[in-house]
Amino acid sequence: MSETTEYAETASPDKGDAAPAASGRRKSSPTSSWRSRLYRWDIKASPYVFVAPFFLFFGAFGLFPLLYTGWASLHRLELTNLDDSTWLGLENYTNLLQSDYFWNALGNTFTIGVISTVPQLAIALGIAHLLNYKLRGSTLWRVAMLAPYATSVASASLVFTLLFAWDGGMVNWIIGSVGFDPVNWRESSWGSQFAVSSIVIWRWTGYNALIYLAAMQAVPHDLYESASLDGASRWQQFRHVTIPMLRPTILFTVVVSTIGATQLFGEPLLFGGTAGSKGGADHQFQTLGLYLYDQGWINGHLGRASAVAWLMLVILLLIAAVNLLIARRLRKAQ
Amino acid sequence: MRTTYRRPGRLVAFAAVTALATSLLAGCSSDDDGGSASSDGKITLNVGTFGVLGLKQAGLYDEYEKSHPNIKIKENVIERNDAYYPKLLTQLQSGAGVNDVAAIEVSNITEVVQTQGAKFEDLSKAEGVDKSTYLDWKWDQGTTEDGKTIGLGVDIGPTALCYRKDLFKKAGLPTDREELAKAWSGDWDKYVELGEKYMKKAPDGTKFVDSASSVYNAVFAGATERYYDKSGKEIYEKSQGRKDAWDAAMKVAKGDMSAKLKQFDPTWDQGFANAKFATVACPAWMAGYIQEKTGASGKGQWDMARAPKEGNWGGTFLGVPSAGKHKKEATELAVWLTQPEQLSKVFAKQASFPSTPSAYDSLKPSPATKAYFNNAPITKIYGDIAKNIPSVIYGLKDAQIGQSITDIGVLQVEQQGKSPAEGWEAAQKEIKDVLGQ
Repeated sequence: MSETTEYAETASPDKGDAAPAASGRRKSSPTSSWRSRLYRWDIKASPYVFVAPFFLFFGAFGLFPLLYTGWASLHRLELTNLDDSTWLGLENYTNLLQSDYFWNALGNTFTIGVISTVPQLAIALGIAHLLNYKLRGSTLWRVAMLAPYATSVASASLVFTLLFAWDGGMVNWIIGSVGFDPVNWRESSWGSQFAVSSIVIWRWTGYNALIYLAAMQAVPHDLYESASLDGASRWQQFRHVTIPMLRPTILFTVVVSTIGATQLFGEPLLFGGTAGSKGGADHQFQTLGLYLYDQGWINGHLGRASAVAWLMLVILLLIAAVNLLIARRLRKAQ
Repeated sequence: MRTTYRRPGRLVAFAAVTALATSLLAGCSSDDDGGSASSDGKITLNVGTFGVLGLKQAGLYDEYEKSHPNIKIKENVIERNDAYYPKLLTQLQSGAGVNDVAAIEVSNITEVVQTQGAKFEDLSKAEGVDKSTYLDWKWDQGTTEDGKTIGLGVDIGPTALCYRKDLFKKAGLPTDREELAKAWSGDWDKYVELGEKYMKKAPDGTKFVDSASSVYNAVFAGATERYYDKSGKEIYEKSQGRKDAWDAAMKVAKGDMSAKLKQFDPTWDQGFANAKFATVACPAWMAGYIQEKTGASGKGQWDMARAPKEGNWGGTFLGVPSAGKHKKEATELAVWLTQPEQLSKVFAKQASFPSTPSAYDSLKPSPATKAYFNNAPITKIYGDIAKNIPSVIYGLKDAQIGQSITDIGVLQVEQQGKSPAEGWEAAQKEIKDVLGQ
């Protein structure tokens, strides 16, 4: 798919001005026919050469691991002995589908995904709207928005772990000063999921806000002008002009955040501290990514971990299909 | 015009892509592991460790480099063993990127001996190695069934109890280490009883012990029966050692005496600094950790006494992977590092206790460490325990089973308010999953 489009894009400007000249030359002088052959070969092959680096890298670091993981998921393969594998067929998959831990991880991934993605995108939209006004030092605000995104997961998670510490953490201190009992954030099920989500929200809101901001600045100004002439308030302008114009961007950020949420790994691992891959004593914030790591690298069952990886891929493909359907609906509705 | 102008550019691009592709493929095929023999003819030996092993801190690498001018030593440290160990296994399996000398934690040693034995050099036949230098049980742990020694003992973890004198005094408990050792001698229940007494008059914001898990590990350190029997079968359900440790941990978890911290978490470190708990089981290697994390405020306030029972918690081995580039030099280094003279230096710096008994009589902790622990006879306390550590059977998945019990079972009871029965059920379920049953 992408090869053909690349081909069309890179080849078309050449065709426009150079192709007639070449064919003219071929008629007049037969000695230059090798040149035109070379030229045609160039036209045909060069685009492939241009896209080749991506596919080479993809083959080495994307496709090969994917296929190898698929092979591994059908075998009993232990981290302690990679040379020895026994064929299991689909047993790894059936075991997973019967495992409470797998379904628990799937559920956690979903709930953490929802409580991190929805507020994150809503806040990002609001912030982008504010940044879209004429502000003093607007660059400063925009850079500040991006700062959390530039922070490493490790340092962000460490700070949040301390903020959410059960005894002496700042969050509990604030809660306590308002008169509530301290919450054991890490070992309560909603508390821990909320805490993990807050790290995700903190890190990614600014990034999404900047994407929204870029899209907002592409909205034609006369739309707002005519809306205000019609007597629309700021809020009405936001609802009836900005949001509809941003629809494709919103869809894009939803897709990207969903993929990110499905693969969530670093934040819960580091939030968990010692034995973080368990995702809490009751696995209350163990995501699919953590479960995969726990199975493969702590317990040493690489075959089973590979099966988790493939199930995650299936889930992502399902999400992509749903997304495609929605996108098509939206286009039709317009 | 434009076409002739463009063509060389494309050829350049093509050449660049080809070059890139070939270098990429070349990069995949050859295992050129950089940094081994550098241009000046020096050999770089990579030592893979986790946590603070203390070899570097005691200046041993510098010393070795001085006496061996052609050797350079580089230590690759990963902070926690649960991240270090999977990496070690991957490196051994692929044969790529292995360290020339690799540290192995005691809870993983059996798995390494039984499944990775073929991937290590036999150190029993190396020059300068004398079996009698090492504790018998330590030597046996690092040796395969057919007599191949793949790991030489570095340190062991004789486990004492460290306590804060100032907090004990405020809570009206005795502060003399002899008196305390006598009070809880032989029975961990007496230690727990003392904890109940402490809690009645506990100074504000303090608890008796850091966590129920640390009590579990400390009691289990002295167990004669662990998770596996001689034939390698799991017996964690019936094991007396496991049961005793669990029962003691449950008394702590259900009571009020635990600060409910998770060991090696940042909050645990803060707990040391803020004097949140009065006791912590301290294997020798933890003595250095306590000093570092508590800081100046704990100087002379921490003290140590013998634990109710003698036990070993933790410890390390050094092995030489066969896939390494400089096996001969690496073997020489590993042997040198594990000699009594060198290990005594590590003790002097870090209080990590040597696995070579001949060193025990001459061991001297650093004056700073001695002062920090209120001039406790550190050498004698740890030495007495070390001589009485029971020889026990370790198993394939000791580390993972232990983690399932402490970080799932005990933690559920301690922090999530589950009953001990529920906690044990959860731990069992976890262990079954770990073992792939």
